[in-house]
Amino acid sequence: MAENFDQTIFFSLWTFSVNSTLFFTWLVMGLLVLFAWISTRRLSSDFVVSKFQTVVELLVMIVRGQIYEVSQDNPKKYMSLVGTMFLFIFTCNILTFIPWFDPPTGSLSTTAAFAFCIFVGVPVYSIRNAGFKKYIRKFVKPVPFMLPLNIVSDFSSVFSLAVRLYGNIFSGVMIGMVLMTMVPFIIPVSMQLLGLLTGAIQAYIFSLLAVVYLSAVGPEEQYVPAPDPLY
Amino acid sequence: MDPISLIGAFSVLAAGLCISIGGISAGFGEGNAAASALQAIAQQPDEAGTITRTLFVSMAMVESTAIYSFVITILILYFNPFWETAVAMASK
Repeated sequence: MAENFDQTIFFSLWTFSVNSTLFFTWLVMGLLVLFAWISTRRLSSDFVVSKFQTVVELLVMIVRGQIYEVSQDNPKKYMSLVGTMFLFIFTCNILTFIPWFDPPTGSLSTTAAFAFCIFVGVPVYSIRNAGFKKYIRKFVKPVPFMLPLNIVSDFSSVFSLAVRLYGNIFSGVMIGMVLMTMVPFIIPVSMQLLGLLTGAIQAYIFSLLAVVYLSAVGPEEQYVPAPDPLY
Repeated sequence: MDPISLIGAFSVLAAGLCISIGGISAGFGEGNAAASALQAIAQQPDEAGTITRTLFVSMAMVESTAIYSFVITILILYFNPFWETAVAMASK
């Protein structure tokens, strides 16, 4: 049976029924907020830093470096949106090894919401980067004849962003469930291990493509990173 | 054959065709991409980071057609509108 995470009702608050997607989204959000709170509680610029701070600094540095290499632009602009999405998707996909955890990314509603954020973000970032005129000119870029194709490609790229993440995670869950009914020992574990790898790569790909779409219309002047280890 | 079993049989056939053709084509494409990337890495090991990143992005692009056919297959198998209509009409 195809599992639909949006229809598994966990409990209801007043007249509002909380389905499993919503519940686990809140759970992951809570985990991330807790982690952020613990890690930033005692920040220091000393030589001796706490373990949590080291982890977070490493994470921030890696994400910023990747964003800079893809967009050739100031990573600070994209960090707050794309970095948050990466953390959330990555945590969701990694936590699938917990048996009763339904990953929120395996539901089309979550991924569609993320992709919608990117869809709204593309014009916002483009206009902020290069101005309204440049953004409009993007649609008639090679020849004006391409206008409908460019508009369709804007929609389809966002659509594929949502469906790709959903399809990958959902298919991983489905394969695990189908194998569980046929060969309940050992073999489902190997497929779920593969699912962890796919989940990590998909989180990376989602944020990478988000940066690519958001920074498609870049600013005029070349961004030169400051000689700071954190860019 | 009555219409319901016809619809059922052809739905299963369509689902199988959909995932097999979609999977094969995406598999060929990804194999080509990976082979070219390996060749490129073997020729310029210094650029391995950039090549790997580009490989991931292009693989995700190629894979999206396979994911589309997977979603269509799931739709045909579990949320088939024709089947549901036929069952609803038959039970009337």
